[in-house]
Formats: sequence, structure tokens, C-alpha cells
Amino acid sequence: MSINLALLLVMGALYACGIYLILERSLTRVLLGLMLLANATNLLILATGGYSGLAPMFSKDTAAGDYNDPLPQALILTSIVISFAVTAFMLGIIYRTWVLAREDEIQDDLEDLRVAETPSFDAEDDAEIPAETSEFPLTMLGGDGQDISDHRPGSGDDTSGGREAGARVHGGTATVLAGDREMPTEHAAQEEKPGSPNVKPSPEGGGQ
Amino acid sequence: MNIASLAPLAVVLPILGAALTFLLIRHSRAQRAVSIGLLSLTLLLECFLMAAVWDGGTVAVSIGGWIPPWGIVLVVDQFSSLMLVVSSAVSLAVLVYATGQGMADGDKDAPVSIFHPTYLILVAGVSNAFLSGDLFNLYVGFEILLTASYVLMTLGGTGPRIRAGVTYVVVSVVSSVLFLISIAMVYGATGTVNMADLAIKLGELDQGTKTLLHVMLLVAFGIKAAVFPLSFWLPDSYPTAPAPVTAVFAGLLTKVGVYAMVRTETLLFPGDTLNTPLMIAALLTMVVGILGALAQSDIKRLLSFTLVSHIGYMVFGLAMSSVVGLAAAIFYVAHHITIQTSLFLVTGLIERRGGSSSVDRLGGLAKISPLLAILFFIPGMNLAGIPPFSGFLGKVGLLQAGVELGTPLAYALVIGGVVTSLLTLLAVARVWNRAFWRRPADAEHPDPVLLAAAGQPVEGEVLDDDAPADRAGRTGLAAPVLSRAGSGGSSTLVRSTLMPRTMVGPTAGLVVLGMALTVFAGPLFGLSDRAAAEMLDRGPYIHAVLGEDVTVPAVGAPAGAGK
Repeated sequence: MSINLALLLVMGALYACGIYLILERSLTRVLLGLMLLANATNLLILATGGYSGLAPMFSKDTAAGDYNDPLPQALILTSIVISFAVTAFMLGIIYRTWVLAREDEIQDDLEDLRVAETPSFDAEDDAEIPAETSEFPLTMLGGDGQDISDHRPGSGDDTSGGREAGARVHGGTATVLAGDREMPTEHAAQEEKPGSPNVKPSPEGGGQ
Repeated sequence: MNIASLAPLAVVLPILGAALTFLLIRHSRAQRAVSIGLLSLTLLLECFLMAAVWDGGTVAVSIGGWIPPWGIVLVVDQFSSLMLVVSSAVSLAVLVYATGQGMADGDKDAPVSIFHPTYLILVAGVSNAFLSGDLFNLYVGFEILLTASYVLMTLGGTGPRIRAGVTYVVVSVVSSVLFLISIAMVYGATGTVNMADLAIKLGELDQGTKTLLHVMLLVAFGIKAAVFPLSFWLPDSYPTAPAPVTAVFAGLLTKVGVYAMVRTETLLFPGDTLNTPLMIAALLTMVVGILGALAQSDIKRLLSFTLVSHIGYMVFGLAMSSVVGLAAAIFYVAHHITIQTSLFLVTGLIERRGGSSSVDRLGGLAKISPLLAILFFIPGMNLAGIPPFSGFLGKVGLLQAGVELGTPLAYALVIGGVVTSLLTLLAVARVWNRAFWRRPADAEHPDPVLLAAAGQPVEGEVLDDDAPADRAGRTGLAAPVLSRAGSGGSSTLVRSTLMPRTMVGPTAGLVVLGMALTVFAGPLFGLSDRAAAEMLDRGPYIHAVLGEDVTVPAVGAPAGAGK
């Protein structure tokens, strides 16, 4: 009885190659890597069965310790079947990737990239809107009939509305602080509207 | 012979259903009847199972009559039966929803006919994982559900789904290989894969070997449960799948991972050796997940990130290894399965009604469809943990357990939990403000469906810019709806295509189930308390599997229980 050193060395080599291959971007190599990992694991399970012994066919004359442990072999059979099914499925989707994209590479997630490029300034959340756009303007809120706003009702329509907090006038055009740049108030107002000149629609919708 | 010995039927019935629906692949009506009927039967059986073990008492069923340490056992205790009932209820609702969607869209010969068999195999795998009393059988359960999920994830084989499917498959296979390696090592160290037997034999190993096996198992399950830093595959792959598939994945698959982690922590490796790293992982999962959610504009992706974030709460409850904490975690798992699934189903409805799942392109849905608004609002607030709802109760339980434990790390987690809850509220409120409250005209590049449904004239400039035929064709739905709405504006037609009753019904059912969890929180917490106490005690489980005359090794006093 001895430990099969060759099997253990092969197992180590298979793990090393498998791990190297699944770090690649090419899908076929990833698949090969996964197959190597699965087979290395099968060898590991075989090794856990202990020393080699007689085939586990019961006979009265054999001592219990002389048999080989049959359980790891049963586990290996199950795991071979499972890895076979998964490998077949992966070949299918790799082929499908090739048909769709003519590429054998893992592709980037477009939505991820879009989110990453989204500026931290969002017109809807962060813009300081120079004119009162609410359907329930502050001026209506006074309980005693007196308005509680800084300016009289209707003054939001004329030019004085542009001088509220955050809005400044530069050489005739009212601007508003948008993130770290200043933009004209008309543009800021258009940000929200569909078809705005500031918004380039992306194929996924949204836009910036 | 009691009702609990029928436990194997919870796995066998869905497999049988899969075989039958596969035979009926050309007869969609019969296929629908068989799959829904068999799943309802399974749910009924599981309710009986739960009733049988409600007051305590673990039952082990030896498959084929082989005596436990050698044969395979299925174990029914309170935790596994609760998980079975909740998961089957959720999967039944999703199945009805998916059937309704298929009927409404009238796709007869699309590859959707393989949906029913695959879905039932997924349910069988989930049940098998919940019932398994054997580490290798747990692996087989995982593989059954994963293989079915690969097919569901790439249903239809479109570009984005294949791209997401590749990531998903590779990550899942790697985690399965890790699990298999751990099983091999466990077998090498102890010579058994039966979990009750392992509970005794692992205790006799030296500490170093034990920690190695423990970490290996936790990493393998952590990938499946999407615990930070092993969570990055999830938000990348879930959102592209069809709405019902995403819903059932979000509800069930990660929770199977959490379930396996609970069993590892309580049954196999009791005590508090790895509690500190688990708590840190829980904190990071909560915070990183929810920060990711805040950056998203697509509702499905946002929900996927909140899913990752809320896994942190469950790991937090588990890592305290006190009865209070574990009970709260069990309640939280049941709550989260229901709520997360209903939110994804509602998102599917939003996508139909508003033509997009990006909040930038939605608006005014509260006015267009008040029913949809209610269906979104209730689970949304529930997820964020607003007081009357079960999310609040579960979180309070966790925070209480954390304060009771009283270590600085536990307090950090309590604070992290509150902050995460508030940020979840912020994320949900942003969706609500944009998709439901603002005027449809304020949406950026709204889909024609949204504008048509809002009863507004479709603005010429928008359509001119964006090539209307192209846009309408992309949703596949927009064109017929628009023409119908335009020609006579019969609103019943619009309603039956956009929000068919067969899709709204199951969604509403799940929302009601989520509210029922709130109403019946008392009995449920009682059940979770008993389940947690039994699991931390380990005695009932081991005795049920191996017989009464086995001595259960004493556990090093779990932290928190010592006071």
C-alpha cells in the first residue's frame, strides 16, 4: 500500500493550468480551464479514498480493511456527469457568442460603463432651478392669506426671478451653477425636457 | 409513519412535473395546467410538512432505507420547512405570472415552451438543497438548480443575455468546484459526508484543519449567496434575464446560499471562530451594496444591488450565533424572499406599462395606473423597513440582537444596518419620485407606450428624433398597443395587453403575502425562535438522523448565550 504520488502531481499541475486558463478573457480558454479544474477535483476526491485496495465486492474471506473505499468513486461519477452537462451548455453559449458577436471574448457590460460615465451632476436632482416650477408654489402656503415667499406672486415670471439663490447674471445671460460649471438658465431648464439640445440620447435610453 | 416522511415528494413532484411538461411541449394549455397544478400540490404538501414540525421535532427520512451515516437522508426541521413553504409559494406566484406573460404576448413557438420543465427542475433543486441532510446531496441540489438557472438565464439567446449568462455560468461553476473541493477535503479529514455525522466528527479535528474546511465551505457558499467581496457577479448578470426569471433568482437562489451558510455555521462548525470576519463581511456587503444601488438608474439593476446589500443583514444575524440573532435572520430570510421577488415582478409590470425599466425614461405612472403604484409602494417601503411592515420587524430583531451582544463590532453593524436601511429608503424614494410622481412629459426620451398610455399626444419632435418604428419595434409591444390606442383608444384593450390580470394577480398575491408576514409576525417569530434554538443546540438534528443513543459533543459556549 502506498500513496500514488504521480496522481497527486498530475492533480497539482491540472489545478495550476486550470486557474491560469480561467483568468484569460478568451471564452474557449476559460472553458478549458473549468474542465481542467473539474478533472483535478475528481482526482482529489479519488485521493481522499485513501490507499488502494481490493475492489469492493463483498466476500466472506476478505478483511474489511482490505477493500478500497467505494464512496469517492460514486461521488466522482456524479461529478463527471454534472461537469459534462455544464461543459456542453458552455460550449453552446460560447458558440452563440461567436454567432452574435463574432468574438470569442468576454464582453463588457454596456450599462456598467454607462453608469460609470454618468456625471455626478444630475439636472433633476441637483440643478438650482431659477424659476418656481412647482405646481404648489410657496406663495400659496401662508395660512392667513399672506404669502410667505420672498417675492410677490407672479414675480417669478419676470426677470427678477432669475436673481434667486444660485442664479447669477453674466453679461445679460442668466446662468446657474450646475455641478462645477455654469450654464445658462435656458439650458438648465431644457435639461429636463425631451429633445433638449444638451442631451444626447444613447441607444439604451437615458443620456447625459 | 407520519406526514413528514412524505418529504421526498417535495423534490419528486416537481421533477415529475418537469418530465410531464416536457412531454407536453407542443400543448401549451396542458403544459400550463400540469406545471401550476403540480406546484400547487407541492406547496400544499410542504404546508403539511411545516405544520408537522411547527412545535418542534426534527424528522429524518432515509432514502431507500439505507441507514443514515451511509445512506442519503432528507431532514425536515422548522427552518427547512419554513424555507420550503416560502420558496414554493413564491415560485408558484412567479410561475403564474410567467404563464400570464406568455399568454398575453402570445408567443407559441418561441423557446419559451422549455420554460415550464426547466422552471420545475429549478424548484426541485431548491427543495433538494433545503431538505438535504448530506453534504454531497446538497452539492447535487445546488447543481440541479444552477443548471436549470443557466438555461433560464439565457432564455431566447439574445446578445445581452448571453453576455450576462457567460459571467453567471463561469462564476457559478467556479463556486461549485470550490464546494466540491471542500467536500473532498471534508471527506478526506473525516470519512463521511453525512451532516449529522460530520457535526460529531468535525469536532474531533484539530483547530487548524477545522478552520481550513470552514473557510472553504463559507467561500463556496458566499459566492452563491453574493456576500461582499464575492458579490460582483450578481448585479451584472441578473437584470438582463426575463422579469419572472430575475424575480425567482433574486428571491430564491441567493437564499439557498444563505441557508447553506446557516447550516455550516450552526451544525457543522458551531461556536464563534469565524464570527468576526463574517461580521465585517456583513457590514461591507450592506454598505457597498446599497451605495451601488444609489448609482443606478435602471430599476432592475437598482434592485439587484439592494438584494446584495440586504444579504448583509442575514449574514449579520447569522454571525452573532445567538438565538435572538439567528431567529431574526431566519425571519429576515423569509421576509426578503417574498419582498424582493414581488418588487422584481412589479418592475416587470412597470416595464410593460411604461416601456422601459430606466427611471430616467419613466414618469407619471402613479396617475396612469394607481394599482401599479400601490403594488410598488408597499413592498418598496417594506424593503426599506418602514415601521408597520415585516422589514421593520426583522431589522428591529437584528438590531436588538446586535445591541444585546454589545461588542464594538456589533454596534458598528447596528449603525451600518440603520444607515443601509435609510439609504434603501432613499433609493426606493428616487424610483418613486421619478417613475411615479413626476409628469410623463418630464421623462427623458419616454417610450411611446408611456405617452400613449398617458393619453397625451405623442410629441412629434420626440418621435422624429428617434425613428419611431425602430423604437417601437424594440419593445415589441409598443407597435400594436400604439395602433390600438390610436384607433379608437379602447382602454380595455390596452389594459389587457399591458397589464393582463394573470400578471397583476400573482404580483398582488405576493404583495399580500408580504403583508401577511407582517400580520402573522408573532407566530412566525415564535417559529424562528424555536428553529434557532434547536439549530444552535444541534441535539434534535443529530438525534433525528443518527438515533437517540448518540452523544452530542458539547459546543464551546456561543457568544451572547454566555451572559
